[in-house]
Amino acid sequence: MRTLSFFSSILLAPFELVRFCLDELGTALLLLVRSLMRMVLPPYRVGEFVRQLDFVGAQTVLLMVLTGAFTGMVSALQGYNGMHRYGAESMVGATVALALSRELGPVIGALMVVARVGSAMAAELGSMRNSQQIDALVSMAVDPIQYLISPRIFAATVALPFLALIFSFAGMVGAYVVSTAYLGIDAGTFMAGVRDYLDPSDITQGLIKSVVFGLLMALVSCHKGYYATGGSRGVAAATTEAVVVASVLILVSDYLMTTLMFRST
Amino acid sequence: MSGSPGIPMIRLENVCKHYNGQQVLDGVSFEIRKGSITTIMGRSGGGKSVLIRHMIGLEAPDSGAIYIDGENIVGMGSRELNRIRRRFGVLFQDAALFDSLTVEENVAFPIREHLRLREKQVRAIVHDKLDKVGMGEHLHKFPNELSGGMRKRVGLARALALDPDLVFFDEPTSGLDPITRGVIYDLILDTHREMDTTYVLVSHDIHGVLNVSDWVMMLFKGRIAVQGTPEEIRSSTDPLIQQFTAVSGHGPLSMD
Ligand SMILES: Nc1ncnc2c1ncn2[C@@H]1O[C@H](COP(=O)(O)OP(=O)(O)O)[C@@H](O)[C@H]1O
Ligand SMILES: [Mg+2]
Repeated sequence: MRTLSFFSSILLAPFELVRFCLDELGTALLLLVRSLMRMVLPPYRVGEFVRQLDFVGAQTVLLMVLTGAFTGMVSALQGYNGMHRYGAESMVGATVALALSRELGPVIGALMVVARVGSAMAAELGSMRNSQQIDALVSMAVDPIQYLISPRIFAATVALPFLALIFSFAGMVGAYVVSTAYLGIDAGTFMAGVRDYLDPSDITQGLIKSVVFGLLMALVSCHKGYYATGGSRGVAAATTEAVVVASVLILVSDYLMTTLMFRST
Repeated sequence: MSGSPGIPMIRLENVCKHYNGQQVLDGVSFEIRKGSITTIMGRSGGGKSVLIRHMIGLEAPDSGAIYIDGENIVGMGSRELNRIRRRFGVLFQDAALFDSLTVEENVAFPIREHLRLREKQVRAIVHDKLDKVGMGEHLHKFPNELSGGMRKRVGLARALALDPDLVFFDEPTSGLDPITRGVIYDLILDTHREMDTTYVLVSHDIHGVLNVSDWVMMLFKGRIAVQGTPEEIRSSTDPLIQQFTAVSGHGPLSMD
């Protein structure tokens, strides 16, 4: 009897996992639909939106500048390392610009935002749930999804493209400095490469990705936090899951979007 | 000791609720009269907070009906529920203050949410409510800078901020020193006298409760076991009541 239940539980484990994932997907999508609907209905939570925009956006700028600059600097080094062998040093600026605007800016920028903002959203909402603050909102006839979730999702979706742009710009400055001051590439050559090869569509494609990443990141983090149960341990688990799931989803959706965008260009 | 006389503000009919196989509410029925102060007593873990959560529509019963001022809130949509909740004030057991807001902002929250008042008027109301609970000095502190008793007093001010028709107090005095406890009871009586409101208290403090309540009920094993006026409760020979008033370990309230 015991061995039977052991085997059946092993056999059923994949189904359980699939069922769990579908369940999570279902509640997350429901939360998204509800928060979008509440977003367009009054009362408009302008104050909350502005506060979230400040938290997600303004307070993340420095992090973007820092991580962006180093990403651009190392890209210049590695790009030079590769292209030097073919005598194509003049292409370093163009390569870094393309990599930053299409991939590195949106993706690494979003991963940094997950680490800083997604974790905080999950932890904050989780502790509000566990200390009955969300119940208190409900008891005051305030819609908690409209008050808490809609502004966060909206703010993250709006802020991420700007943050990715800042990341990429800081990266270009870093790459420029390393290329001209350290690698001995002529400044005019660097800039000419960027000008000749960087297409506006590279930037818009990166921005479209950022919008999706912002939405995904905020939705996953809010969903995990909002439904967190089980005291501080539950909040800790929710925060970890939010960061892991959001990061994985960003990379997976990046691949899917890149596939679509390649096809269209 | 059958039912509280007068027009009912709240009426429960056979409310049942279980969590993971544990029957917490097992057919609760009672009436709470409009304008009264009614206390629900019972041992801790007996389902008093669960009962309050049902009456404010945070939780739906497995079966039974909950009437607030004549309307059954079981199965009601959130829009309608919110219309009814606008008349509520709730003091949660652990106060449930918003920890990202200051004391002043916490009390102002329901006012800003539901009344269109000038900022000056909002502040005037908030300061008045906080002065009444003796927290007027701590306007700009955050909840994590307060003791448990202070948080509870702020929670009380927030629950009363909109002068609600119906207020739920989940253990308003537990964990407080005797002086503050007296202040809270006085406050409950004073605010109740000022307005024609219905107060529902949950408490262990039988002696304090008998002084302020019009009606007392005992929740025991998921049902209302005994109810009556404070005088009836005081003179009751029911072993449950005697055990509760005498603070003795013997009687029906064993630790099984
Ligand atoms: N959401 C829940 N999930 C599972 N059990 C719960 C839940 N809420 C309350 N309970 C259980 O219901 C019982 C009554 O809890 P409660 O109403 O908080 O007691 P009290 O009378 O002290 O306020 C407890 O045994 C508690 O474990
Ligand atoms: Mg309780």
